[in-house]
Amino acid sequence: MVTQFVRHRGRAVTLPRRDVDTDQIIPKQFLKSVERTGFAPALFHDWRYRADGSPDPAFELNTPTAAGATILITGPNFGCGSSREHAVWALVQFGFRAIVAPSFADIFTSNCYRNGLLPVRLQPTEVDALIRSTEGGLYEIVVDLEKQVVTDDRGFYARFSADPYGRELLLSGLDEIGRTLLEEPSIAAYERSHS
Amino acid sequence: MSKRRTLFDRVWDAHVVRELADGVALLYVDLHLIHEVTSPQAFSGLRRAGRRVRRPERTLATVDHNVPTGDRSLPIADAVAAKQVDALGTNAREFDIALFDLSSPGQGIVHVIGPELGATQPGMLIVCGDSHTATHGAFGAFALGIGTSDVEHVLATQCIVLSKPKNLEARISGKRAAGVSAKDLILALIGKIGTAGATGHVIEYTGAAIEALSMEERMTVCNMSIEGGARAGLMAPDDVTFTYLQGRPRAPAGDAWPAAVDRWRALRSDDEAAYDTRVTLDASRVGPQVTWGTTPGMVADISARVPDPAQLATENERRAAARALAYMGLTPGTPLAGIPIDRVFLGSCTNARIEDLRAAASVVRGRHVATRVRAMVVPGSQRVKAQAEQEGLDRVFREAGFEWRNAGCSMCLGMNADVLGAGERCAATSNRNFEGRQGRGGRTHLMSPMMAAAAAIEGQLVDVRAW
Repeated sequence: MVTQFVRHRGRAVTLPRRDVDTDQIIPKQFLKSVERTGFAPALFHDWRYRADGSPDPAFELNTPTAAGATILITGPNFGCGSSREHAVWALVQFGFRAIVAPSFADIFTSNCYRNGLLPVRLQPTEVDALIRSTEGGLYEIVVDLEKQVVTDDRGFYARFSADPYGRELLLSGLDEIGRTLLEEPSIAAYERSHS
Repeated sequence: MSKRRTLFDRVWDAHVVRELADGVALLYVDLHLIHEVTSPQAFSGLRRAGRRVRRPERTLATVDHNVPTGDRSLPIADAVAAKQVDALGTNAREFDIALFDLSSPGQGIVHVIGPELGATQPGMLIVCGDSHTATHGAFGAFALGIGTSDVEHVLATQCIVLSKPKNLEARISGKRAAGVSAKDLILALIGKIGTAGATGHVIEYTGAAIEALSMEERMTVCNMSIEGGARAGLMAPDDVTFTYLQGRPRAPAGDAWPAAVDRWRALRSDDEAAYDTRVTLDASRVGPQVTWGTTPGMVADISARVPDPAQLATENERRAAARALAYMGLTPGTPLAGIPIDRVFLGSCTNARIEDLRAAASVVRGRHVATRVRAMVVPGSQRVKAQAEQEGLDRVFREAGFEWRNAGCSMCLGMNADVLGAGERCAATSNRNFEGRQGRGGRTHLMSPMMAAAAAIEGQLVDVRAW
């Protein structure tokens, strides 16, 4: 079951780096689990914690204003590299509902839509404007998937265009496998004509 | 007249079960490869919902990501990794899926054993919960990496829902110089287009330099398509492809063979087919490549110097390069040739096939690894290992001071005990130089097998053309 996403208002935190790969989002040592939960402590592990295990106060997600954030604003090509869905599980389990960036890697995008996490693609100048707005302290934005707009209380307004299929998945929160299984006659017909 | 189609259009069209919406289709999957790390949660999901694996005979499992590459007669020391390996065994047995486990002579990296078995064939749609699945595109297949939710979806339905990606033609013309490998071509291409240069696209590699590649070299090129951001990479199959496949265990045999080849010959792009994007590269101008930073796009010719971030075009790039150089412990202006290394990793789904080992062995033969360097060879599969041993390559490597290991992903991603220590600098034939990829604080320089072999001998990055 995909977690439904229609509209979300939440605190934004920024990670102004480009090419954040899934090895950074969740390093390999946490991929040995056979479970789908328990990944929140591993999110951005090697950036979040120093080698001795203590939190690195310089890391963006460790700042006091980041506590309780549900929207991550970051640089282009977010989620590149490994296909590990654990990266999305870690982001969701940490509390994120949406990621805003100028661009995302393809497999990561696909994984997001299947876990109720919304990737929001905005123009680089719009992302820069949001990043500047977070510099003043606590800052909330609204991500509306139905209308496909991002807004704040200070007049920020930006349109985005979600993947139509991914948007449908999130708006309906449907069971994708269950839906495909309803296509059984088409699948069986395909198999008959190709065997 | 019908619309001119690309190779990718052809493979896509042949797999559409049903169009779900404009540009979105339910596609049939011919081959589903699975491994221990990205599949357990998918099987748990199936069990929870009381679903079955729709076509177990189209599913193939192996253990590769977290497995130890040392003595196979010992149990896996890491209890958590062992549990994951056991889970794949249990799932394969319960759902009747062929499994190449640690005791199997067919075990190996999933992207090495698929082609080795002849399971990978032209025109197929192939998926795997691993981003380097594009490797199989070298045969003219549409092969893509997927997440675990999609693994579950494919297990249950033998289908995948996809929005059709755009099509990028990467035309690589000209002739490679001696000492320049397939790895150098793909690294140079990624350097040119950037790590997101092909996002949203499937790359079709064309041109004289591609046609001249061996089958294994083609796999090296397609393998790294994801490092340019592509959903997949593929190449038109030809006689090189067919010769490679003929006689392999899962390849068509008897009367089915010529019929298959006839069908496969039609798998090419029409003249003047329309690509959404085009890039070109002249192979004759490409030298041996070495990465200097923390993405595969941060790459340069071995004759170059570490770049100065201040010279880059945008603030974003300057910040990223400065951060990368700080992590890599490099100073702008330092010649790449001459940078001392501590470790050498010859392995991975990119460069651990028999030809890679032969190329590296030809550099190593009769020489010895530099005193302070620890070097290892991790064959891509147990069959590659056996073949190399039959050719005496293991002796060449061992006598030169290399460790000769068992097959697995190993230090490409460091999920097993094969990891870099903080600050250690490694010449690697793998595909990713991300921060911490090979171990927290480890510094990775990507290059070809010949270049890594030469670096092992000299204890520093070196231009193999001077050898």
